[in-house]
Amino acid sequence: MRYRKGDGERSGLFTRRALLLGGAQMALMSALAGRLYQLQVLETQRFATLAEENRINLRLLPPSRGLIFDRTGKPLAVNRNNFRCMATSDRGRGVELLIDRLDQIFSLAEADKVRLLRELKRSRNAQPVVVRENLGWEEVARVEFNAPDLPGVFIDLGQSRDYPEGDLMSHIVGYTGRVADEDLAGRDDPVLQLPTLRFGKKGVERSLEDDLRGRAGAVQVEVNAVGRVVRELDRTEGQPGSNALLTIDLDLQRFAAEKMKQHQSGSVVVMDVVTGDLLAMVSTPGFDPNTFARGITQSEWRDLLDSPERPLHNKAIGGVYPPGSTYKMVTVLAALESRAIDPWTRLPCMGFLELGKIKFHCWLTAGHGSTNVTEALACSCDCFFYEAARRAGVDRIADVANRLGFGRVSELGLPGESAANQPSRAWKQEKLGKPWQHGDTFNLGIGQGFMTSTPLQLAIMTARIANGGYEVQPNLLLASATPREELAPPPTRNKPNAPSMRFNAQHLAIVREGMNQVVNGSLGTANALRRDAAGKLIEPALRFAGKTGTAQVKRITERERELGITQAQLPWHLRHHALFVCFGPLDNPRYACAVIVEHGMAGGTTAGPIGRDVLLETMKRDPSRRTDNFRKMASR
Amino acid sequence: MSIASMQGGGGALDAPAPISFAEKIWRINWGLVLVLTAIAGIGVLALYSAAGGRFDPWASRHAMRYVAALGVLLVTALVPPRVWLALSWPIYIVALLLLVAVDVVGKIGMGAQRWLVLGPLQIQPSEIAKVAVILMLARYYHGLRKEEAARILYVVPPLLLILMPVGLVMVQPDLGTAMMVLMGGGALLFVAGVPLWMFLVAGVGAIASLPVAWSLMHEYQRKRVLTFLDPDRDPLGAGYHITQSKIAIGSGGLFGKGFGKGTQSALNFLPEKQTDFIFTSFVEEWGLVGALVLLGLFALVLVWGFSIALRCQHHFGRLVALGVTAMMFLYVFINTAMVMGLLPVVGVPLPLVSNGGTAMVSVMFACGLLIGVNVYRDAQLPRTR
Repeated sequence: MRYRKGDGERSGLFTRRALLLGGAQMALMSALAGRLYQLQVLETQRFATLAEENRINLRLLPPSRGLIFDRTGKPLAVNRNNFRCMATSDRGRGVELLIDRLDQIFSLAEADKVRLLRELKRSRNAQPVVVRENLGWEEVARVEFNAPDLPGVFIDLGQSRDYPEGDLMSHIVGYTGRVADEDLAGRDDPVLQLPTLRFGKKGVERSLEDDLRGRAGAVQVEVNAVGRVVRELDRTEGQPGSNALLTIDLDLQRFAAEKMKQHQSGSVVVMDVVTGDLLAMVSTPGFDPNTFARGITQSEWRDLLDSPERPLHNKAIGGVYPPGSTYKMVTVLAALESRAIDPWTRLPCMGFLELGKIKFHCWLTAGHGSTNVTEALACSCDCFFYEAARRAGVDRIADVANRLGFGRVSELGLPGESAANQPSRAWKQEKLGKPWQHGDTFNLGIGQGFMTSTPLQLAIMTARIANGGYEVQPNLLLASATPREELAPPPTRNKPNAPSMRFNAQHLAIVREGMNQVVNGSLGTANALRRDAAGKLIEPALRFAGKTGTAQVKRITERERELGITQAQLPWHLRHHALFVCFGPLDNPRYACAVIVEHGMAGGTTAGPIGRDVLLETMKRDPSRRTDNFRKMASR
Repeated sequence: MSIASMQGGGGALDAPAPISFAEKIWRINWGLVLVLTAIAGIGVLALYSAAGGRFDPWASRHAMRYVAALGVLLVTALVPPRVWLALSWPIYIVALLLLVAVDVVGKIGMGAQRWLVLGPLQIQPSEIAKVAVILMLARYYHGLRKEEAARILYVVPPLLLILMPVGLVMVQPDLGTAMMVLMGGGALLFVAGVPLWMFLVAGVGAIASLPVAWSLMHEYQRKRVLTFLDPDRDPLGAGYHITQSKIAIGSGGLFGKGFGKGTQSALNFLPEKQTDFIFTSFVEEWGLVGALVLLGLFALVLVWGFSIALRCQHHFGRLVALGVTAMMFLYVFINTAMVMGLLPVVGVPLPLVSNGGTAMVSVMFACGLLIGVNVYRDAQLPRTR
């Protein structure tokens, strides 16, 4: 009994309190069930979404950018594999140690370490951070070898652009850069959001951007907590950008650029008068687009911007110069077409023409005496064109000039092309608020005054005169195709498929004859060019016609005329521009060429030889009719 | 009064006849054993899945450990309560010594240390301390009369018995286990008859001492409490665990994502998925249904425990059974409430499901004590002083 003494009361109290405790425990267990109900039934949708967001990552696959070749299949812009070392961090844990190890592999610069530390600490959602770009094989191997010690570090294969021809093709091909806000306008391609994507900024890279870029693929991946891809859930292949075959003949381009090297700056445009293909388009000096591809430094950029020769500027399409005497074909054609003169009209020249009190000088102070239209073109008699312009009137001249391509931007589509200025009555009234004067017509007649043009426009004009009045358009893209094996030049065309501008064929023939006389006639301002650089007469099959031009940068004052100051005595930037346009072969014109040497002083002696050499080389190579030099490309 | 002298008077008239071995086996709560096995089976499933569909490294060892621990349970259940009564002191003292040892090793080893390595064994003294405190308190109150238990002076020794291990565990630091021992001890004091007003005073005192506790807490502990109070404070930092655990549980929905298809767990968004967060890992794949089954099994264990406690004829057994039940409850409640974001993350495993040897053995040993109370429910125990 003694063992159980008091046990009854004890067990009573124990039972009451135990039941109380048990009740409390069951209540708490029910609370757990309630919480589970709340999480798993009431809020399950929200958590399911969060879990999917955790797990699934949509990654865009940047398309491979289309390649650019010249017409013979030589590469102008290619993609180079760019091995990048990327790093992710698990919410900034162990970052210092990781950077230490990366330092042992790459010997990082102090600034790089600071940047990495900052970016990795800040990196949320395991966004990869670039450790280093353009890795060599050895560096890639070292990263892969040390992979177990480098959690979250991986090698990523990207592409960067390479321009094997450097400055030679810089203005035509252009370059790419990071996507800027203005590039996004009107484009909703999601691939543009990729930080590694490069976008065409200049040249063909820009004008063909939407074709070269291709379409992005997408891959849905499952990622784990540190952002590593565990497996691929879904993959949509993108489409690589289409490859482009340009009309440029790289060897001809190189030849023209070599010829231009003797001068500080200028431009050469060579065009097929039948197809409009641009076979060469040189603007000197150029720049190395590869510096843009790898990221240009501030000082390199400043140097390019500050140079007086403006290397970033594509002078072939954006350089604006008075056409000077090369415009005289327009005046003649307008006068003939408007019956203001006829082929037999002879006009006098005494060295100047007076309009009221103003004297309009001919370049030859002694005057040319009486000339007809072909003679006037041959000797470039200014007085003839003052009078012809006066008779034709500004409206007819402007009309013919517009049809020949002046005063407007071509259909080339390159950024930086200028319309230059074809003045007219309406233009002057609107821009200057003054009515058109007779003197303005005189100046327009010899391509001076308000008149400006680009080298491309001069080439277009020459081509349209040479081809018998067909409205050919300049063209840079010969062919494009996405699979590289399908990339091939189209068959040669020998008849323009552009509409005829309905100029009187006889009038065009007179203009061409005048240009023939410039080079091959005894009076011609450029008749030295009937011989080649070696002094040999050019063989008949390669004979060509042309027109010189010397454009005033600054008015020649009466005082300078009296003092007889020569151009060579002026500072470089005030000297005349030297121009030359030409086409050939004479009998069956196929190629036109326009040359401008900035501040080259005299068209016939500075620009002329370049035009001759380039045109002769073009005719010899005959790139438009030769397709056997095209290197068919198998995909690498 | 010694045990030896008691055995002499064992054959008293009102004492029941000693039970046969077969009857002892019969009295083992095989249903309860089955429930425990089911829980451990769920543990194997969950660990298999958490390892990415592999038995290694967790599931296979978990199963083997359970088999061994089952042996411990059965042997413990067949040991008469008077032996445990006698062993209470030695076990308690050994537990205290081990706790001191682990603290000292921790000091030397610089940093938190919860394990002691003894040869091939890695033991967690705090797990032993939980059972030791239960045995010690049960022994103490077994020897007190009801009136004595209600006296304030008699509350001092048990408080010391509780607070000594609590203090030693706290400095490890292992807040979760310390709270478990404290609350488990409190539950025993409550059923043993300590007046309610004392609990009120203790409660008020605890609240009043919160600022002091705050100042004594480690930085990471404070962070956990703050994060618990507002998980969105730093969803990628300290709140990450709670947030990811809630996402895993919530995204499981009613029926779960399916066995082996838990994305949060497989992709390592879940921290400690094989130990403290095993419940989350399981529930992500099995949904509310699976969670309720598991919690239901644990509730069955609790009900069994209470019924054993209430049917026991001696106070020592009653208190041991209730102590073990309270310990089980605290394990389950603290762990699951923690992963559901109802309690701060304190590092308490889910018994029989979480990977870990010492906890498994100590839980099974405790359940062995519980079943032993049933086997020897009508044994006669001497009043101890």
